[in-house]
Amino acid sequence: MHKMRWLPGLLLCAGLLSASSAVAKGTGLVFVGNEKSSTITILDENNQIVTTMDTCARPRGMHFSQDREAFYVACADDSLIAIYDVASLKLLGRIINVAEPETFDLHPNGRHLYISNEEDATATLFDVQTGEQLAEFQTGEEPEGVLITSDGRLVFVASEAANLVHVIDTESQEIIKDILVDTRPRRFALTPDEKELWVSAELAGVVDIIDVATLTIIGDVAFLPAGFRKEQVTPVDLLITKDGSRAYVALGRANHVAVVDVRARKVLDYILVGKRAWGLALTFDESKLYVANGLSDDVSIIDTASLKVITSVPVGLIPYGILIDDH
Amino acid sequence: MITRLALLLALLAALPTPAFPAEPEVFAFAYLMRDEDPAYVQHRAYTGLSLRDRQRPLAGARLGVRDSRIIGRALGFRFDLREESLPAGVSARERIEALVAEDVRVFLLDLPLSEVIDLARTLANRDLVLFNIRHTDDRLRGTDCAAVLFHTLPSQAMLMDALAQFLLKKNWREILILEGQDAADKTLSTAFQAAARKFGLEVTDVRPFVLSNDPRQRDQTNLSILTGGVDYDAVFLADSVGEVGRYLPYNTQDPRPVVGSEGLTPAAWHWTWERHGAPQLNQRFDKIAGRSMTDEDWAAWAAIKVTVEAITQTKTGDIPAIRAFLRGDELTFDNYKGLAGSFRSWDNQLRQPILLHTHNAVIARAPLEGFLHQTNTLDSLGIDKPESACALP
Repeated sequence: MHKMRWLPGLLLCAGLLSASSAVAKGTGLVFVGNEKSSTITILDENNQIVTTMDTCARPRGMHFSQDREAFYVACADDSLIAIYDVASLKLLGRIINVAEPETFDLHPNGRHLYISNEEDATATLFDVQTGEQLAEFQTGEEPEGVLITSDGRLVFVASEAANLVHVIDTESQEIIKDILVDTRPRRFALTPDEKELWVSAELAGVVDIIDVATLTIIGDVAFLPAGFRKEQVTPVDLLITKDGSRAYVALGRANHVAVVDVRARKVLDYILVGKRAWGLALTFDESKLYVANGLSDDVSIIDTASLKVITSVPVGLIPYGILIDDH
Repeated sequence: MITRLALLLALLAALPTPAFPAEPEVFAFAYLMRDEDPAYVQHRAYTGLSLRDRQRPLAGARLGVRDSRIIGRALGFRFDLREESLPAGVSARERIEALVAEDVRVFLLDLPLSEVIDLARTLANRDLVLFNIRHTDDRLRGTDCAAVLFHTLPSQAMLMDALAQFLLKKNWREILILEGQDAADKTLSTAFQAAARKFGLEVTDVRPFVLSNDPRQRDQTNLSILTGGVDYDAVFLADSVGEVGRYLPYNTQDPRPVVGSEGLTPAAWHWTWERHGAPQLNQRFDKIAGRSMTDEDWAAWAAIKVTVEAITQTKTGDIPAIRAFLRGDELTFDNYKGLAGSFRSWDNQLRQPILLHTHNAVIARAPLEGFLHQTNTLDSLGIDKPESACALP
């Protein structure tokens, strides 16, 4: 029954993608998903709001397609993933019956989305071309961050309530390990050599470092900006720069972004941003860092050379994810 | 590139394929309840309205076990819930001994107060964990406390302190108290008066009310008269029955808010709480129970989850180790209220934030900003170590 409903949308999607494939890359636009107002705020390179578009209910994770001409938005309250054309902002299709998606990652094959389904305590695998669910994995309660290695062999899924990182082997399609980490694991970043997996532990106020070869914890980085109590430090999103030198960690209730020396595992600086900083995105040249502040409903934009906030831009209610179309 | 690929392949070959133990160890919790417990008998008010029905918090315990399945997989445990309803004539003590013989060591007590006190006394020195998930009474944390008994439900002192913090923060310092005839109403009123003293609120009068149409008792039945002739910034209502109290808001002589049993109420949990992952917990609960999560459901869920957290951290199902961990400084329990929970070493009470809610919104979370404590802000709520009548080793 469901196939009949999503097939037309996805066929349309394929048509549009081929038609727009000649368009030059990188509009410079920044897409900010707003979880509570169910909108996407679109900023230009000069930090001006271009437009605000309505989207499906409670948008959370966002990701570009492999050719970066489309982007996917996971809508938890509509249990679907919407696919939009980057250039025209038109809806290209919907993948439906995705139980309360939170975040997801795209497999290097460009077809497989691994999705965390928060209410169901599962991770699911969907084919973006057919909209079909290909697999389901039992995770702990409240699965959140999803990250796939660049060779496409392993998928990491964080379970917030079970304090576990699940490791899925994409070949055998099985969970091969549950790694116990600190309280409330949220998001991941891999070092560029993919030897270290960094995972934020929100309630522990730390980032745990997992050795990818042995799938065991080999270290951590703790955060405590001046004037905050330990319990206010709740790291969520994190990014590692392409040269592997620096990590940025959004510290949630501590209203700061931590700048970390990745090799030394030492905090270099804390940058004051808006309230409850969660989502992060870097420009392609890594000169600017965008921070989604969930409780002040704005985005802080940081100059990464001076580590100063250049400006903050009011967006919709509870901004969550950020995508930058600049390459 | 080739070396990296080779390395990766070698590593992948070394990865264990399904690495979970085939035979997990069973760790069982027991939920003890009484057949036909009067606490859960429906109380019908006039015209068949049901005002204060209590639900058995069994679903909270079931959710706790369900929420622990996958962590159990990782630890090599299978968590099990024994649901034990006791007929009249069977003592809880006997049933516990029978279950101990079957290797059950952790018990959730959904039993009347007198039975909980009795169990705490008779089992005080046993290597067991008993969870009080139902009673807020301060004496369970005071004169009747026991090392074997842990409390995941907040104490009445914690709830009243939360309310007092809110009133003080609002600068609503003059409080009129209306109290009903029930013993529970008196206890509640006394607990609030202690909180008022602690935080420097002024109780301008304490007035008893009765549920009656007797014209000779007009001064105790008429809400305008009850709330007139005295200054107050807010009315504290102690009404466990609820029949008088529900008419108090909008019927006060002066335009003043009502707190306590009606209006703004302190609680362990609320179905509208929307921060710190609460919507997910509420939705999971709704799904299995078909109703909203209550304070007691939350306390039952927390009892299971905090035990599983101790098992996770100590990597054992050994009760002395679990108890030592629960009472130690290392516990950071994710209570979905934003400040990590731990047990007070002096009375085994779970530290936790308190939610101040109306019928459909959480207005504030205590401890409120500005209320500090030398060791843990959560200890600004409830009986602190120097005041405690309980002194666990």
